Amino acid sequence: MTIIVRDDGFHAEDWNGDFDGPAAQDLPSDTDPESLAFDDDTGMIRIDFPSFADGRGFTLARLLRLRGYKGRLRARGHVIADQYAMARRAGFDEVEIDEALAERQPQDQWVFRADWQAHDYQARMRGTA
Amino acid sequence: MYAYNDFDSAFVAERNRQFRAQVERRIDGSLTEDEFKPLRLMNGLYLQLHAYMLRVAIPYGTLNSAQMRQLAYIAERWDKGYGHFTTRQNIQYNWPKLQDVPDMLDALAEVEMHAIQTSGNTIRNVTADHFAGAAADEIADPRPVAELLRQWSTDHPEFQFLPRKFKIAVTGSPNDRAVTAAHDLAIRIVEKDGEIGYAVLVGGGLGRTPMIGKIINEFVRQEDLLPYVEAVVSVWNLLGRRDNKYKARIKITVHEHGIDEIRRLVEARFTETRAAFNGADLDLFETIKTHFAAPSFTKRPVSAFDRAYDNDPVFRAWADTNLSDHQAEGYAIAQISLKAHGETPGDATADQMRIMADIAQEFGHDELRISHEQNVILPHVHKDDLPEIHARLKSHGLATANIGLVSDIIACPGMDYCALATARSIPIAQEIATRFDELKIEHEIGDLKIKISGCINACGHHHVGHIGILGLDRAGVENYQITLGGDHTETAALGTRTGPGFSAEEIVPAIERIVEAYLDHRDSAEETFLQAYRRLGMAPFKTALYGEKADKRSEAA
Ligand code: HEM
Ligand code: SF4
Repeated sequence: MTIIVRDDGFHAEDWNGDFDGPAAQDLPSDTDPESLAFDDDTGMIRIDFPSFADGRGFTLARLLRLRGYKGRLRARGHVIADQYAMARRAGFDEVEIDEALAERQPQDQWVFRADWQAHDYQARMRGTA
Repeated sequence: MYAYNDFDSAFVAERNRQFRAQVERRIDGSLTEDEFKPLRLMNGLYLQLHAYMLRVAIPYGTLNSAQMRQLAYIAERWDKGYGHFTTRQNIQYNWPKLQDVPDMLDALAEVEMHAIQTSGNTIRNVTADHFAGAAADEIADPRPVAELLRQWSTDHPEFQFLPRKFKIAVTGSPNDRAVTAAHDLAIRIVEKDGEIGYAVLVGGGLGRTPMIGKIINEFVRQEDLLPYVEAVVSVWNLLGRRDNKYKARIKITVHEHGIDEIRRLVEARFTETRAAFNGADLDLFETIKTHFAAPSFTKRPVSAFDRAYDNDPVFRAWADTNLSDHQAEGYAIAQISLKAHGETPGDATADQMRIMADIAQEFGHDELRISHEQNVILPHVHKDDLPEIHARLKSHGLATANIGLVSDIIACPGMDYCALATARSIPIAQEIATRFDELKIEHEIGDLKIKISGCINACGHHHVGHIGILGLDRAGVENYQITLGGDHTETAALGTRTGPGFSAEEIVPAIERIVEAYLDHRDSAEETFLQAYRRLGMAPFKTALYGEKADKRSEAA
């Protein structure tokens, strides 16, 4: 069972499609930024975090948003609660973790970082505060 | 000086609250040691040989007296009564306990200081010319840009888990005092047709593969600066190698792909990052600039200075070495050497910090600076106050007249503190300084920079020392390699190895022989060591080190 983390805490999986059709994509963290592609039918892009120390997914997410992707964007794998605000600021909507991680870092540790819109230097730099 | 607004204060307080919780979550097992490590590093907490080490940022090297006093308080309350100023405008405390660190961070926040991103695979504390806002040769003050970059890089959501660390330095003068060419990204303020802009270099760095930064863009306009720098880091974040940490720095990425390819990728990425800025950063920059307005300088005679200069040889020697030209008439930039002969380069006791704070408050428009050469600077002092300042410094062991001289040595912590060290560096620095002090020829030698590292990571900048010393481990025995001809300024160059290294007992006499060879061969007292080396090449120094035969052999080879 995987757990989906959003601003209000833990949720069960609610994406019912699979991840290899035209509507959804699974991207590894070493995806070539030139190859990012989506269209109006793309409803879900999931970017893998093989290790929480691999920060490439944050830049891939940001590029997708800069290039106009409006669908669901999910970080999946070894993402820790301390990275939740970064993930949201980079453009992810949600994080997918496994049960072991959810047990070690329960919901309250994620909700502690759900105030990602506060204390954000980028919002000041970009006039979106 | 920059003063925090409500946003900055709230940010640092929140960050400290998060770190306090992270320490607790490490203790209760929520965070593994692996997960905790980058989190403590991005908050400045390192694990050293004997204990934790807390590295505190001194943004662009600028401090006021209240901040310096707080650093003294922290040293006494939670450490052993001293701190160590580093080559990247940080201060390190070598003996804190993990459970005290959150309180230390709160104490720093009281005076608008922090340890954020002083470590880890993040964009590090942005450094700047330590003479900023005072130097006579300045095009524009680099600190507002450094502060803008500090705000942009702080907690930047994309760039907290980079392939490796990323260091930025800014200079506002053509004379580069910030070693910009040895940084991952260098920003040099330039002027073109009356417009202030930025020349940007990438791919510099020291460490085991030293490289001089290369120009990626000759002129970036103010409104393009943040998106341009963001494009560089964005490209590197995806392209930089994550399979081998020794090949992860951007200098290797630039080396492997070539500067032209990197430039092409950055230009393309820039068209995307640019679209996310709308000018709010320019308004912010204008506000930041107002914080760095020059102090109100006064016009008064300098007769006390002239009298002391003419009559007191000790004052005269100090004034000749430790003062630099100031923008304002009657003022000087005064350097306080933290290199008293035989002491640890860069260390200051809590008492010394307070003395320096008092002098800055009373005579120096309340400003202090930390240089990458591990000295403290009074950037704005009136010359007429200098005899009094000098007398006070002297009574506290702070009036060493050796700025830029052979005993003004940069040395990394080495084996005395560092877990990665392969040799000692502090004791070597102490022995060299003591030896040349005995010989009484420092002033005769003139401008000569010795830099010492205790392993190939090169924290002591040995690659860019006129004389560089690298301490290695050869089968369990310390061995010191010498390089000559390094240069850390706008004419940056890496030193060349002389040949086989020397033991700990031989290294000081070896340095002495190099210096004697220079004194024998120089054209005149005006020709500096570096100039003489560039004219003569390695040969006379090799002969001095290894004898005639060794020199012939190596030339034939
Ligand atoms: C004692 C604990 C320290 C440790 C464990 C440490 C570790 C390292 C390592 C591993 C590198 C190489 C990074 C790389 O090439 O990717 C490095 C570079 C560097 N360190 Fe340290 N360091 C320490 C203290 C210091 C101190 C006290 C200073 C300043 C005096 C300093 C300044 C630097 C600088 C300037 C570099 C430049 C080389 C570069 O990154 O291009 N470090 N350090
Ligand atoms: S150069 Fe080596 S010994 Fe010196 S501080 Fe850096 S890592 Fe430690």
